[in-house]
Amino acid sequence: MKAVLAALLCGALFGIGLALARMTDPTVVIGFLDVFGDFDPTLAFVLCGATLTTAVAFHVVTRRPRPVVAAEFLLPATRTIDLPLVLGAAIFGVGWGLAGYCPGPALVGAGAGVSTALLFLPAMIAGSIVHRVLAALFSGRKESREISGSQS
Amino acid sequence: MSSWFVALLGGVLIGLSAAGLLLFNGRIAGISGIINGLRRRSSGAEWAWRAAFIAGLVSAGGLAMHLLHQATASPARLPVLLLAGVLVGFGTSLGGGCTSGHGVCGLGRFSRRSFVAVLTFMASAIVTVLLTHHLFGGAA
Repeated sequence: MKAVLAALLCGALFGIGLALARMTDPTVVIGFLDVFGDFDPTLAFVLCGATLTTAVAFHVVTRRPRPVVAAEFLLPATRTIDLPLVLGAAIFGVGWGLAGYCPGPALVGAGAGVSTALLFLPAMIAGSIVHRVLAALFSGRKESREISGSQS
Repeated sequence: MSSWFVALLGGVLIGLSAAGLLLFNGRIAGISGIINGLRRRSSGAEWAWRAAFIAGLVSAGGLAMHLLHQATASPARLPVLLLAGVLVGFGTSLGGGCTSGHGVCGLGRFSRRSFVAVLTFMASAIVTVLLTHHLFGGAA
């Protein structure tokens, strides 16, 4: 129960931060990305504020033996820089530039009832389901090939 | 308050939220990962913290937008908006993170993977805006 309450409050703080930072306004986001045109530097301050805070706070937090209301820290263990990472980030960037929404601000915009966020959100969830299905098909085919290979 | 100061403050709140989720729940505040994890068949506790984070984000963020009189929609036309949504969902699932997971959290952890991801999505987003707004005259 404490873990759920902590997550709820962290989510709330995140949402308030996004709104204050105006990342929830797609025109501000597109203005930030428009470095060759009508450049709006607002998001540079947001990114600096957020990453400087996490850089200091994560260092302090991970010196604890364990989190306050969970058994252990679960941090991404993958280190390799591979094609899915780069290709996925590149595809995400195209979508971000087209609409001015990344996942967090799209959720907050939907919470405020902004029509474009409400339309973007189901398309975004569909996109991640498409990836999941393709990844499962691909890994399934690879496994069956390995099985048939071991039989011969 | 000047707008850059408010933006910086907003960024610090986002960073504190990510720090809080790590301190209390031991998890990385990557929004795309938290949403995708909701669909996976997992334990009740695993599902509950994710749902709670999203509920807090949507309700408090939505309320904050109302209080700040923000209601700006995306300038993208409907087909472009839907295509963009699919690309964001597909890309963040394939690349294992978005602006929050790779950006705010990954950079804070000095992760080389996240550094590469952030440079890549920033570059592709900048090129996308350049192409749609300047070379092809406002296709979005």
